[in-house]
Order: sequence, then structure tokens, then C-alpha cells
Amino acid sequence: MSDEDETASQLTDNQKIEIAKWFLLNSPAGEIQYVAKDIRALLKNERLYLAAVSEAFPLYNKSHLICLEFPDRSGEVMVTSFSEIDKNEYLDPRTAQVAIIDHVKQVIEDARPAKDEELSSSYVEEYRSALDVEIIKYVSEAYPKGVCSVYCTSGKDVEEPGMDFELVVVICAARHSPQNFCNGSWRSVWNMEFKDELQMVEVRGKFEVGAHYFEEGNVQLDAKHECKDSTVFQSADDSAVSLTTIIRHHEAEYLNSLQKSYSKLPDTTFKDLRRKLPVTRTLFPWHNTQQFSLTKDIQKSLGLEGSK
Amino acid sequence: MEAAMGLMRRIPPKHSEAALSALLSLLPHHSSDLLSQVDQPLQVLCDVDSGKEFILCEYNRDADSYRSPWSNKYHPALDDGPHPSAELRKLEIEANDVFTIYRDQYYEGGISSVYMWEDENEGFIACFLIKKDGSKTAHGRRGYLQEGSWDAIHVIEVGPEEEVNARYCLTSSVMLSLTTNDESEGTFNLSGSIRRQMNMELSVAEGHLCNMGRMIEEMESKLRNSLDQVYFGKTKEMVCTLRPPAEIVQTKFPDSRIP
Repeated sequence: MSDEDETASQLTDNQKIEIAKWFLLNSPAGEIQYVAKDIRALLKNERLYLAAVSEAFPLYNKSHLICLEFPDRSGEVMVTSFSEIDKNEYLDPRTAQVAIIDHVKQVIEDARPAKDEELSSSYVEEYRSALDVEIIKYVSEAYPKGVCSVYCTSGKDVEEPGMDFELVVVICAARHSPQNFCNGSWRSVWNMEFKDELQMVEVRGKFEVGAHYFEEGNVQLDAKHECKDSTVFQSADDSAVSLTTIIRHHEAEYLNSLQKSYSKLPDTTFKDLRRKLPVTRTLFPWHNTQQFSLTKDIQKSLGLEGSK
Repeated sequence: MEAAMGLMRRIPPKHSEAALSALLSLLPHHSSDLLSQVDQPLQVLCDVDSGKEFILCEYNRDADSYRSPWSNKYHPALDDGPHPSAELRKLEIEANDVFTIYRDQYYEGGISSVYMWEDENEGFIACFLIKKDGSKTAHGRRGYLQEGSWDAIHVIEVGPEEEVNARYCLTSSVMLSLTTNDESEGTFNLSGSIRRQMNMELSVAEGHLCNMGRMIEEMESKLRNSLDQVYFGKTKEMVCTLRPPAEIVQTKFPDSRIP
């Protein structure tokens, strides 16, 4: 019929799905359901919508480390790439359960006990659970609403000293206040490589902090950081304590540096974009603008004679 | 359209260009609505006659050509593109010159352009634009920003003069993004966009340019402060709510914590 129809049909179904996925994946913390609603209205096509959400939600959920509660309130599971047993199954090592989830609805549909092969060996589990205990203590002190978990990402079948294994600590604190037009999330992921031969634990931390304020506007913070540290390979309990101390130290330092960045804003960083006032510390002399001679007058009053 | 605008409020501002082109391809029938309601970072062309750059927007565009405020010519050339009347063009030239100085005073660099055209009600419309790249590789004087951009669009509708006064209706949009990057502190990026309106009735004794200039200056200062204190402040508040500063941070006091 018209040009418009031609253009609309020029977008293939796959392209529409990709666009929808892009919007979903770029949703700020806690906002994917709102974005999904808008996308559904835009696509006006259930099949495309379902295809997009079924692909986008799992990725989003894992990257945002979302936390879901077990129906029987026995605990929580964190949806992460480390806890993924299968595309809809996620392990909670603390309660040794596997949750079967619906990514799009973001709920746990069912739960089952974890199988032996899904859990770590008792040697590794000693380290994992000792660390878990310390991390829970830390997180409950440092974060008003934090969740955490410790997973074994490598060497879970190591039965005794002599081989390396790797644990991962995942911490997430999210706050959703849509009524205040504000959402945010703090995510930190700590990789601990227990190196048997060196008798060292190599620690790598990654932070991702985001905040979104959108009352009559749209402003977002996106901050990332990485750090490294190491400590001696000790007994399970001692390692747990020293690793948690390392985490606590780096996280506090990072928060500090975020605050510093914010405090530099008004007079320093922002100035590179726009000053609060001209160097003259007065408002611009608009009233000196007379027809045709204005430029010279202004230059004179600003002491810019001869320049420009 | 509502869904589209909803999405634009959620997408990270630094992706707004990609978001708009995605929406334009999904909703081709709404392209004029989208283009007028969604703010976009500004593009620039170079005027072949004067060698000076000028900013592109819907208000100096005709088909695929843009009119330069320096030479008053369309790039690429057009036979019959609209131009302001001779009198308005005088005011436009003046405005561009003065605004250049204003821009330099506040932005210490960057590019500005002013476009004017008559509207149907015997008044006129003026559009003042500023584009500043504050990154240390561009015009960031102090070298703090790895990446930084400020794009401002001010559109003023000037009502016909009634005796001594004229009515001015200003709609301003500011889009900004700043990123600092540091070995020890990681990447810190704040970006945002806001839009505000201001209406005033002022005496034309000192001329339109003076009135418009003052309104814009006031608006820009308000927006800058608002972005800095309210908007960025809210994101900082959020971070401190997620993880309150601990006692080991020596310089912070309890009242800096938001309950």
C-alpha cells in the first residue's frame, strides 16, 4: 500500500526480536518488568514478544544476580552463571536445594534436593561453608538488604589437599523504589582461587554499581571496578576469616572512592563540562547588547579586547 | 507512543541514540513525534564558506540539508530551502555572535548555534544550541574526564509584542554524560537528560536578545545545579542506602547518611 507499510515490513521478525532483547537487557536494576510491558505494547505481536523475553530474561537475571525466595521459605536462591545447573535450574548450596525457576515471571516454581554430584566434595564444602558463614555475617552488617552466596566453580570433586579449587562469593544488594522514581543495585563478585602448590589464595573482585533516578528526567549512574589481592592458604575457618576481611576492606574502599567521585563533581569534574559562573564570577552582561555594536561592547566589558 | 516514551526514560542515557533509532525502525509512522519529543545528542557540520562548525537540528533542516547560521546557506545546497526574513536574519546573526561569547564564558570551548524563524502568529521562534565535548582529548580544560558531553537545546517561542511586553516560552533540554576512569577507582559514569519549561512576560525595552539570553542563562544554571545536586545526588543517596558508609571511613559523619 503505502511507503509506511513497506518500511514497517522491512524489519524482519528477527530484527524486531533483537531490538526488543536489547531494550530488555539494558533495563536498569528492578525495571525489566516495566520495560517488558512497554515492549509488549510496541511489538503488538505475542509470538515475537515471547521469543524476545524468553531469551532476554535469563541473561538479565543472571547479570543482575537476582534473588528468589523458595516457596516454603526455607531460604533463597541467587540466579547467577555460577549457580546454574541447567537453564532453569539454580543451585543454592546453603540449603542444598535446586530451584526450578521461571525466568520471565522471576519466581521459583519448584524445588528439589540437590544431587550429590551437584554439590562439592566434603573437603571443598568445608571451605565453602566456612566462607559462607563469614560472608553472611559481613553482608548482614554492611548491607541493610544484601544477599550473598558462595559457590564452587572449579574443583568441586577435589577430595583432599593436593589440588586446586575455586570458590566464588557473590554479593548483591538491590533497592527498588519505583514510587520514588529511584532504583539501584550493588553487585560484587569475588573469585577465590585456592592454589595448593603455592599455598596461596588469589582473590579477584569485580564491582558493578548502578542507580537510576527518573522523576521528570532520566539520570543513571554506572560504575565498575576491579581489584586483586591474595592471602595465605589456611584452614577452612581461618581462610574464611581472612578472605572476608579482604572483601570487607576492598568494598569499603570502593564505596569511599565512589563518594569521592561524587564530591569532586560540583566544582571539579562538572566544571570541565560547564562552569557554574564565568571567570568574572558575574552573570553574563546581556544588557550590553546594543544593535550591531554588541559584540564589541561585550568584549570590552569582559576585558577581551583584541581577542577573537 | 506512550510505551516508546516510557522506554526512553529507562534506557541508560548514554544509549539514547541507539534507542531512538531502534524505536524509529519499530514505529516508522511515529517518526515525527519521536524526533520532536526525544532529545538526541547533537550533530555538527562544517560550513564550507566560513570554516566554522554549526549544529544540526530539526529547526535548521529542510529535507536532508541543514542551514548554516554563519553563511545562511544550506549544506548540501538547496534551491528553495526556507530562510528567515531579512530582519529576523539580522537578529539571528547578532544572536549567534553574542551566544558565541556567552558559550565561551561558561563552557570554555564547545560549539553553539542559533536559528530563528517566523511562526504563524506574528511572533518568532528561536532555537539556541550548545554542544560541548569535555573529555580530556577535546575541550576539557582540566583533564578530569575521560569522556564528557553536554548538549543543550533551548527553544523559545516569542509571542508578538503587545505594547511594552512580549511573552517568551522557553523549553530547554539538557543531555549530559561524564565518565572518569582511574586505575585505582575504576570507571565512574553519570549520564542523564532532563527537560524543563519556563514562561515569562518581559519588557522589550532592552531587546529580545537580552530577554532570551537571560532566560537561557537562568535556565542553564538551574538545570546544572539540579542535575548536580538533585539528580546526581539521588543516585549517590541510593548507593549509600545500598551500602552505608562504615565507621572506618574517617571523614564522613553520621548526618551524611540519608535515613
